Amino acid sequence: MEMVTIRYDNRVVRNFAVATMLWGAVGMLVGVLIALEMFEPAVNARLQFLTFGRLRPLHTNAVIFAFVGNGIFTGLYYSLQRLCKSRMFSDVLSKIHFWGWQAIIVAAAITLPLGMTTGKEYAELEWPIDIAITLIWVVLAINVFGTVIRRRERHIYVAIWFYIATLVTVAVLHIVNSIELPVSLLKSYPVYAGVQDALVQWWYGHNAVAFFLTTPYLGLMYYFLPKAANRPVYSYRLSIIHFWSLIFLYIWAGPHHLLYTALPDWAQSLGTVFSIMLLAPSWGGAINGLLTLRGAWDRVREDAVLKFMAVAITAYGMATFEGPLLSLKNVNAISHYTDWTISHVHVGALGWNGFLTFGILYWLVPRMWGTTLYSKKMANLHFWVGTLGIVVYASSMYWAGITQSLMWKQFTAFGVLQYPNFLETVTQIIPFYIIRALGGSLYLIGALVMIYNLVRTARQGKLAAEEEVQVPARWDEAPHVRENRHRWLEKRPIQFALVATGAILIGGMVELIPTFLVATNIPTIASVKPYTPLELEGRDIYVREGCYTCHSQMIRPFRSETERYGEYSKAGEFVYDHPFQWGSKRTGPDLHRVGGKFPNFWHFMHMDDPRSVSPGSIMPAYPWLFTQDFDTAIIARKIRAMQTLGVPYPKEYDRQALTDMKAQAEGIAADLQKQNAPADPSKEIIALIAYLQRLGTDIAVPQQ
Amino acid sequence: MSVLWVLVGFSVVVAAGFLVAFIWAVRAGQYDDKYTPSVRILFEEEHKTSTFGEPPKNNPEGTTQNGDGNNTVRQQGRT
Repeated sequence: MEMVTIRYDNRVVRNFAVATMLWGAVGMLVGVLIALEMFEPAVNARLQFLTFGRLRPLHTNAVIFAFVGNGIFTGLYYSLQRLCKSRMFSDVLSKIHFWGWQAIIVAAAITLPLGMTTGKEYAELEWPIDIAITLIWVVLAINVFGTVIRRRERHIYVAIWFYIATLVTVAVLHIVNSIELPVSLLKSYPVYAGVQDALVQWWYGHNAVAFFLTTPYLGLMYYFLPKAANRPVYSYRLSIIHFWSLIFLYIWAGPHHLLYTALPDWAQSLGTVFSIMLLAPSWGGAINGLLTLRGAWDRVREDAVLKFMAVAITAYGMATFEGPLLSLKNVNAISHYTDWTISHVHVGALGWNGFLTFGILYWLVPRMWGTTLYSKKMANLHFWVGTLGIVVYASSMYWAGITQSLMWKQFTAFGVLQYPNFLETVTQIIPFYIIRALGGSLYLIGALVMIYNLVRTARQGKLAAEEEVQVPARWDEAPHVRENRHRWLEKRPIQFALVATGAILIGGMVELIPTFLVATNIPTIASVKPYTPLELEGRDIYVREGCYTCHSQMIRPFRSETERYGEYSKAGEFVYDHPFQWGSKRTGPDLHRVGGKFPNFWHFMHMDDPRSVSPGSIMPAYPWLFTQDFDTAIIARKIRAMQTLGVPYPKEYDRQALTDMKAQAEGIAADLQKQNAPADPSKEIIALIAYLQRLGTDIAVPQQ
Repeated sequence: MSVLWVLVGFSVVVAAGFLVAFIWAVRAGQYDDKYTPSVRILFEEEHKTSTFGEPPKNNPEGTTQNGDGNNTVRQQGRT
């Protein structure tokens, strides 16, 4: 066999590994900070940049795209070169990818605390950063596909298939969900509104979980687990089957995030059905991973790398069992909007993604630096502290979620809500919030121990930046292979054509046919009118402050909710909402029918100091809303943007907008001044109150 | 719900793309051998020419350095 000498690029792997550790620590630290804010709102020091609403998107973006993202790239750049027996396609592209991705993270870390957000969960970054992500992703894709094409190993190992699925699907999801109309350099409106925006968002959101947190990590598992355990994957055949079934099923599961919402029922059911089917391929991967350790469990006891991986795969198995469970409508009725969801995602993030990342790093760093791990004891300490952290975190949040949900739904024998005051259900679970912060802190401490350990490990070795290996110059293709593949095709042209067409048509028809009934899907409601300019501005402030991270705007059709909040939410009420703000978590009460419920003065006091009107509230104070003027400069542009998106403002209303805005603000300020409130009509609080008082009032439902 | 056109369109395109990839993989004989690839990845360091020196001889598993980070690499010295 003709051999060539090539060199693997370990430098780019090193860079991504360092970035993984750095951003991991940052992301987890922000997580701990917002966990503290959940029971001690004063933690933000009255600074607008540190409120939960602004830091929560930073936390999720940092751990998903910075920590896990860099973790993916670390493992991908290492394994792909070896699986393809080829250096990365282009060193320049590798560098652009690395620095581009870090620049995007830094941009996110600056813009999100500043309140520059699209208000769509896990896709909060504004349009210029969205474009940068797209470009960098294309750079990565070219680099990966280039490497795969120039590979010196004929067989494409299953891990590479997982990487490819990730590259393709994340690109599509990101682009479709990020189609937005810019109104300024750092403000845009999504082109979709209300229920449509919600569907696109969760189609994206769930698939972000699928194709950013799952498929690439399964790819990493299929490479690093066999390497670390030094035994082949339990069933290679199973890995192939579960790969293809996983990627075909995942893309339809998104609507399970919108059960009992105003999304059409059939779409909800579709999401549920696909979510339940997902159990099979997910567990295919988890079982395959765990059985790979069959016969190596004695080494799992000794070896921190394998310990981390074993717990990671177990967490994956648990999270993917729980996922279908939570997608059942009857379970979702209890779990949705509560901390149960928070627990679920953290089993996935801390257990599956975090622990697999740690395992890979502990395996990779000593090898790349040609040394042994600095301290096995520390690694084991990390393992136990981290595991304890996950258990403490998850169990406290399960308990909190179920407790709160049951309290929300509890009626007395007289048929009235037992806990009509939402705050009661919050103060009840504050001890769990404290325990959760403890669990998160343990996990962070473990990660910091790892960073120290790995830095010391690297110091005692030397990075093999250019690892030289001898590989076959090309793969030798046996003649019978060529014959085989022809024979396969020749035998089955008709069957093949039928299967292909059928698969596409079934998937297409299931969702296409109902769209012919578009009109019935969103009943338009004549009384629902566009927001006034001041309300629109207030809404933008609502989005900026990340109110949706704690408050939903979607009342589900349950008696416990209609009793508490008012008439359930209708799809037609959201047709002018760019973006939708349904939220996914009720740390505070739902706000969809808050309009008119309290006087302006109550909101004024509440935003200045929530505890002055709601003793025990964990909402932060928003003093800056009382000192900052709302934006009058671009309101005309915002109105024009809304018109472009189909919001029926009268023609040339943009010229009238500012006058109307000021008039409405004067009115609210005058009302507040009657109560001796020091209200200034130019301040943001006025716009926010205008928006809050409008919420849910368009359909006049008589109070019961 | 006209947005479903968008989602269905993209989903079907992606799914069709994967289907083509799958059919290609089968036709190209990628899955003719469903065992060797899983073992092959364990032996990729056989032809390492530098950096960590020769494959370790005292590895109890009898293969190359596929250990757990605390294997024998260090004893072979570094270049």
